[in-house]
This record gives sequence, structure tokens and C-alpha cells, in this order.
Amino acid sequence: MTDMATGTPLSRVDGLLKVTGGADYAADHNPPGLLHAVLVTSTVSRATITGIDTAKARALPGVADVITDFGGVKLPFPAGEISFFGQPVAIALAGTLQQAQHAASVVAVRVTEKPAVTSMDDRQAIAVPSEEVADYARGDADAALKAGPIVLDNSFTVARENHNPMELPATVAQWSGDELTVWDKTQWVQGTGKHIAAALDVPESSVRVICPFIGGAFGSAGRTWPHQVLAAYAARRVKRPVKLVLTRKQMYSGVGYRPESRQRLALAAGADGRITGIVHELKTETARYEAYSEDAAELPKMLYTSPNVRSTYRLVPVDVSAGTFMRGPGFVTGAFALESTLDELAERVDIDPVELRLRNVADRNQITGTPFTQERFADCLRRGAEAFGWARRRPPKARREGNLLIGMGMASAAHPNYMSAASAVARINADGTAVVASATADMGPGTATAMSQLAADGLGLPVAKVRAMLGDSTLPTAPMHAGSATLASIGSAVHTASVAVRDAVVRMAVLDPASPLYQADPATVTVHNGVMSAPGHGSERYGDVLRRHGKDSIDSTQTWKPGDGKKASSYEFGAVFAEVSVDIRLGLVRIRRMRGVYDIGRVVNPKLAHSQAIGGLVGGIGMALLESTARDHRDGRIVNANMADYLVPVHADVPDLEAEFLDGADTASTPIGVKGAAELVIIGVPAAIANAVYNATGVRVRDLPITLDKLL
Amino acid sequence: MYPFTFIKAPTESAALAAGAQGGKYIAGGTTLVDLMRETVERPGKVVDITALPYREIESGPSALRVGALVRMADLAAHPVVRSRFPVISQALELSASAQLRNMATIGGNIMQRPRCLYFRDVTAACNRRAPGTGCAAIGGENRGHAVLGTSDQCVATHPSDLAVALVALDAVVLLRSRDGDRRIPVAEFIRRPGTTPDKEHDLRPGELIVGIEVPGGAHTARSGYLKVRDRQSYEFALASAAVALDIRDGVIRDARVAVGGVATVPWRLSDVERLLIGKAPGAELWAAASAHAADGAKPLHGNGFKVELAKRTVERQLASIGGAA
Repeated sequence: MTDMATGTPLSRVDGLLKVTGGADYAADHNPPGLLHAVLVTSTVSRATITGIDTAKARALPGVADVITDFGGVKLPFPAGEISFFGQPVAIALAGTLQQAQHAASVVAVRVTEKPAVTSMDDRQAIAVPSEEVADYARGDADAALKAGPIVLDNSFTVARENHNPMELPATVAQWSGDELTVWDKTQWVQGTGKHIAAALDVPESSVRVICPFIGGAFGSAGRTWPHQVLAAYAARRVKRPVKLVLTRKQMYSGVGYRPESRQRLALAAGADGRITGIVHELKTETARYEAYSEDAAELPKMLYTSPNVRSTYRLVPVDVSAGTFMRGPGFVTGAFALESTLDELAERVDIDPVELRLRNVADRNQITGTPFTQERFADCLRRGAEAFGWARRRPPKARREGNLLIGMGMASAAHPNYMSAASAVARINADGTAVVASATADMGPGTATAMSQLAADGLGLPVAKVRAMLGDSTLPTAPMHAGSATLASIGSAVHTASVAVRDAVVRMAVLDPASPLYQADPATVTVHNGVMSAPGHGSERYGDVLRRHGKDSIDSTQTWKPGDGKKASSYEFGAVFAEVSVDIRLGLVRIRRMRGVYDIGRVVNPKLAHSQAIGGLVGGIGMALLESTARDHRDGRIVNANMADYLVPVHADVPDLEAEFLDGADTASTPIGVKGAAELVIIGVPAAIANAVYNATGVRVRDLPITLDKLL
Repeated sequence: MYPFTFIKAPTESAALAAGAQGGKYIAGGTTLVDLMRETVERPGKVVDITALPYREIESGPSALRVGALVRMADLAAHPVVRSRFPVISQALELSASAQLRNMATIGGNIMQRPRCLYFRDVTAACNRRAPGTGCAAIGGENRGHAVLGTSDQCVATHPSDLAVALVALDAVVLLRSRDGDRRIPVAEFIRRPGTTPDKEHDLRPGELIVGIEVPGGAHTARSGYLKVRDRQSYEFALASAAVALDIRDGVIRDARVAVGGVATVPWRLSDVERLLIGKAPGAELWAAASAHAADGAKPLHGNGFKVELAKRTVERQLASIGGAA
């Protein structure tokens, strides 16, 4: 079939709904009798709660209840205690949002404070091993550092970051007898349903979670947070539907963050630029009540051929809220240290940074020793260098335009192609339309659109005839919409289910004496625009055979499972290039242009993939230059918990961004040839920018974000 | 938000009467509503003055007169302001966002309350919001705070870009109350924190800003505003400089220099101006004069960089307005 839907730059199938206000997000649901809930949160980091005065709040007009005891609900932190600044301690419920807000603001929480430690750099903060990321060694990296001849040994820090999507965390919970319906902002409707059921001790089957649209999340809506549980809990207590929307300020301590990190990265190499040893020692902050580790150790171990590597990861538990994954979790942090160091090495051995990487590119996963399903890392590097005009790069401080120093930098990007078992149902209707559905989510990449395209090709239907459904926990089982795994996993399930239901109708036809396709070899039957045909036979529509069999529709639910990955390692690769200007006296760094080149297997929708990549570049610019959650460690308060003071890039900060994808498909990884993109596209960005700043100014900044005070 | 009553004043006399009874004036609402939501401001009565007539921009031979209800966007775009007072246009256009500039008024702009992170957090100590509670910023997160004009009570940076330009140009605030009219230089209207950081303005109870007046001259036509900040747009200044120069026959006849983002009030640099007047413009002069841009600075642990940044910002803007030669 020549007119495949896959590979075409289809606009988002839900785009019109989103831009016309027709897409109902979680907070848009207003069931009759709704109460608005507002959380009262702690204003100290560690304490015992001795009392909560609610009389004043309860006396206010419209106030239905103020819940303070949280009895009979499982939360991740101990009851009656305060474990972090901003912890929910009470819920005010009222008829209007304004009434609930006012009530919450007059609730007085009495506490007995205890000494708190909120900074991972505090002397009283003790690093402990991560249970998830084990120490790693191959060869003798410390001996390699001693042997040299080239040795680089530096420390890197990355500030804490918050996700800051447009849509605030929101939950609307409605009980009907023992049945709970939750309209929620979540990247995993089924996971949230399970979590709420367990927290409230009700059967999983009695909780339905619905989330067809997400206004951005970046990982913040992956796991289920206390406010989601508390909304359902409050609704049960007051026996009315409850809406709970976190404020922007509450978001900063309510839905996780990218943890602050400290890294030592030491590297030994020969004069030919070949890496001989890497020592990576990494620490991240974590909550005392809950350990969160991330894969920041992976790339220094995996990406380049180094016979000797030693890697340790430690967590530093402090009195803060729990962290969580934020786009490119861990990988972007580790890549900042690794790729900055490669840039330093390039200068030391006087080898072009792209060439240096090419000399160290591995043809197999350096941790597992297995070859890659497809390895086009070097292609990304070469293509990126060519397309960006890398050859025009000059030595540090050599390019000046008026008050501006101009520099170029680059970095590698890599991320495992995560995949999970996933299910989908495909249904062909006798009227010539089709539906494909899975309990996945779409936080922005265009999952529903890609599902429609893959289903259209699997079914032999025009994409306009296919409707994709997602974001309902009653749909076929899906993994969390995270880790760049959705399209590879859900897409493969959609493809499998679509082909299965198409084949089922084809079988009906070839076995049906009334069909023009009777006794045709099913393998020779093709379907185009819903019309089945085979050489030497006539043709008919799906609907014709379905109607003859008295069916309005036929469906198939299929589960796709990835391989065990033992023979080959499935990885995504990329290279990102940046050109920056730095004001010679004022220290202002501005991006002039950037380009990412990626190998993500088959691109189902070039338009959405491009948007995805641009979004990753923008996120990386934020991480490199602007984003930092400012905390006052005297009491653990987050002081810039708003969008005027926590800086994310605005349009003026992101001028000329380009992304391209290498042609091809990785069919060894998935039947649809797809690999993930979402994490990959942010991973090299901060390092590429830091390297460009060095090339412009000769100043190496190893602490993110690179603000002007570091360059004065 | 605390409950409040809201009235829309149909006339000036109605507004002044409501103000005299303790009503809080609101126009664009871009600051007040935010602060009410954070419960930093808890007015019992809010008086909408947008029906009042102060919407004229009058450019006379010697001065520019701007009604208090003129929107930031409209003043910035006014052709006379663009040509004869470019520092005002630029300061406005580098402020806030297009949406905010379409709503916010000139009177409200110079009434902006500080962007101190602790001032805006009612659970933190703040002498400006709650006198006597202390200043959390002095020992806390103070990268954005002031190094000039501070006291041991308050170190909050004045947030207005426009006010920096107005102070540089000796603009005057026009005030009206039931007791009559007053004219106060902007530089005196906005007060340093001293021991009473809660007293931000020389504004009597019920008094209403009806406009501002900016004297024009050869220097105002040769003027401009430089704003330095981490983000390219939509951020308060880390440092800014308003510069106006009258250069004739190779000599600086008049010089106006003020800095923002580094001081508790729009900070006029009279010493720098004195060093400039009567001299020939040039890179060496800019460097020598701007070296005094942060004289008297008292940096905190998080904002020491502002001392150097203020000097460099002034130097750059002097070169930009006066010429690098």
C-alpha cells in the first residue's frame, strides 16, 4: 500500500478540541453537588502536629468540612508528623473555590518543631547506597586514572528542577455507593486506580480513572501523589463529589521534582583521545520517607568504549518531599557531566569533539556486552556536524561580534528504548469505521494521533475512519505513559490488534461462499480503504462480510510483549549541536540556534516527532540556563514557587531550533520499527550548551543553571 | 483571598470619597489581584477607578503629561514618547508581558509592590508586609535583592522599570485628594525602607495618583533603557540602567543616570552624572564614571555579583546612548 498513514505529518487528531476549549481536562469536570477542596500545607520541614484549629474556618460561609485527621487512608509519610515543607495536613471543603481557599488560609496548624536538614550539602546529611542502582565496576578505573596520561577530574552540580506543566495537578472524585470515578490528571489511569484503591482499602475493580487529555506533565503525573488519594478520601468522607486542584505553589512540593545532584566525573585517556578509564561518583537528594533513585549512572558506564569504569550512586535522605522522574530522568544529569568532560578532553588532546566521540563510539552496549539492535550513533554525529556547519567552529574566544562572543558546542545523547507489555483493542465497524483503544495516556506527544495512524495501516483504512481512545482505566491494560516507552509499546499493541482484527475479517471472507474472496489465500488478500481484494478474485468491503454474518462490528484485543533483550540491546541515539552568544561584559547567554539529529527508528508522525524534539530542546535550554528551584535551607521553604520567579524559557529564549531524524526502522526492537524519542531529545542539551559557552568564552561552567553571575 | 466589597467609582469625587473611607484603588489589577490571592493584601473595600478620565497623554513644549489610567502598552507606543522620551518607551516594553502591559496602568506601575519572595509568602517573616516580624531575605535567598538603599529591616528590590526612567528624568507624581492636589517628585514619592519598610510611598490616606509629568529636553530625546536579566523576556531586572544624555559640540551638557534591579528604590546616580557633565564622551569616560555606579553598595551573600553587574550595565548603556568613540 503506497498511501500509508504512518510516516505522514498528520496534525493532532485532538488538536481542534484542544485549541477550541472542547477538550475536557480533569478540572473541567463539575458533577452536581461538587465541593471544592483546598489543601492546607505545612510551613515547617519537620515537626509533630499537636493540634489543628479549624473553628474559624468551619464558621465561614459555604464551608462543608475541614478534614484534619486523614484516618483510614494510606499516605507515604507518617500520620501526625510533618516530613517536609508543604506537606498536606488538612483539607478545607466548600461550595466555591474561593470559599475553600479562604477557609484553608485561616486553618491554624500547631506543631512541635524538630531539627530539620533539607540541604544535601549539610554536614548532617548522610549519603546512603541506592537500593535500585548498584555500585558498578569493570577493569580498574582508579588505576587507569593513575596511569593517565590525560586525566580530567571534575565536579558537577545540577540544581533541583520542577516540571511546571501548564495544567496544574487536578483530581475530581465522585463516589456512587462503593464505586469511585476519578477524573484525574495522570500519566497512568490504571496505576492511579490501583494506588487509590490500595490507599483507601477498596477493591481495585471499584475504582475507575479517566484522563483523556493532559496539559503537559513531563513525568510529574506518573506516580500517584497524596492529593489524588486525598481527593477520593475527602469525597468519601463528605459523601459528595470533590474537586481538588493544587495551586502552582503547592505543585512545587506536591508532585515531585528532578533531584539536585552532585557528581564527580574523572576520566583518563590516551593522547589519541581513546578513553581508558572513567570514575563516576554521583549523589542525589531524596526524601527521608521515600527513596527515589534515577538512572544518572547509566551513560558514563554504557556509552563509550572504556575498559575501566567505576561508578557509585548514593542517595542523600533529607527532610524534603519525594522526587520523581522529570524528562530524561538521570540520563540528562549524567550526560551533563560525561559530555562536558568529553569536551574538555577534546581540547586537551586537540581533537575535534565530534571526531573524539567517533573514536570512542561503542558497537555494543558497554554494560551488557550485547550488540545494539541498530547502531547509528556515529551517523547521528556525522550528520549533525554536517547539517549544523560544525566545521565553522573556531577555537575558544575566537569569534566576536560587537559585544557578543559566539561559540559552538555539541554533545551526544543516548537512551534505552524502554518497552513494556501493552494491550490494545481494535474494532472494525460494519459502517466502515474503526476504533482502537488502550488505557494509555497522551501528555503531549500525540499518542492518540499515532495510534490512529498505526491502526489505519494495520486495518487498511483511511486514518479519518479510525478513532483512537485512551485515558480510561476500563480500556485494555497499558503501562505508565513514561520513559519514552509509549509509542514502541502501545503502538506495537495497536498494530498487533489491528492486524489481528483485519485478518479475522479476511478469514471470514475467504471462508464465506457468498464472498467474492471465497477460497482466496488469506496471505494474498490486501485491504485498501476498507476494501479487501486478492489476485484472481473480486473484492468487497469489510462491512459487506460483517453484515452477511449479522455483525455490527468485530474486535480483537491483543497484548504485545517486548523481547527479553538478552541478545541485543535496544537503544536510541542522537547528537545535539548548539550555537550561543555570550555578552562579553554582562555574562548573558543566549541561544542562537540548535539542531538535534536522532535515531529513533521509524518516525510515525514527522510533524509530532519534530514538535517532541523541539520541546526537548526547549526543556534542555531551561535546564542549562534558567531552571532552579530556590530553597531556603533554614526552614526548607521553596521560595520561587511561581512562574514569575522559577524561570522557564519563553519564546524569546528559543529562536532557531531544528530537529531531524535518520531514515529507517528498527524492526528488531518492535514490529512497527519504532523507538522512543521523548527523553532522548533533552539528554545532550545542557552539555551542548555548556560546551558552546566554553567555546565562546573560555569559561567552563560545571554548575547548572549557567546564570550570568557565573560568567561575569 | 479574603472577602471584600467592590465598588466601581463613577466619578472622581465618588472615588476620592471611597478612598477616604479606606477603600483600596484598583485599575489594571495586575498587581493588587495577585497580592490579594496570596493574601498579602487583604483590603476590605476595593474601589475600581477605571471609569475615571485620566487617560490622556499630552505632550507640551516642555513636558510630557500622562494620565494615571493610561495603559503601559499605549504609553510605550505613543509616537511622541518614542521619539522624545525613548527611555520611557523602552522601560515599558521591557516590562512584564504584552498581556500585562495591555492591562496595567501608569499609576499602578509606580505603585507596584516588591517582588521579594518572602514579602509575597505570608508564612515568611517580612517587615514590609508585617512590621516587626523580621526580614527573612537578609539571611535567606537573596540573589534578586537590593545592594543599594537597603536597611537592616528590608532589602527588597523596587520592581518597576518605568520608575527608574522617571526618576532619571526628574518626573513628578500628580496626586489628588479631597484636601486638594500635590506634586511630588517620583524620587521622593517612592521611599527607601529605612526603619519603616511598610511605608512604601508618600501617599496620604485616600490620595489618588491622577498622572505623572516628565520634563523634556535635549537629553530626553537621547535616552534609553537597558535591562539585564537571566531570561530574555518576562522577568524583573537583575540590573537595569536608564540613561539620558545631552551632548552638543562634543561635550556632555546634561546627564541623567539611574539604575534599577539593584536598589530598594529607583536609584539615581548623581555622582556618576557629575563625572560625565562637561566631559567629552568616550569609552574611557564611560568606564571611569560607571565605576561609581554601585558606590555604597552593601551586598548580601547571594547578590554580590550585582555590584559589578550594575557598573557594567551603566557602562554599556552610557556607551550605547553616548557612543563608544
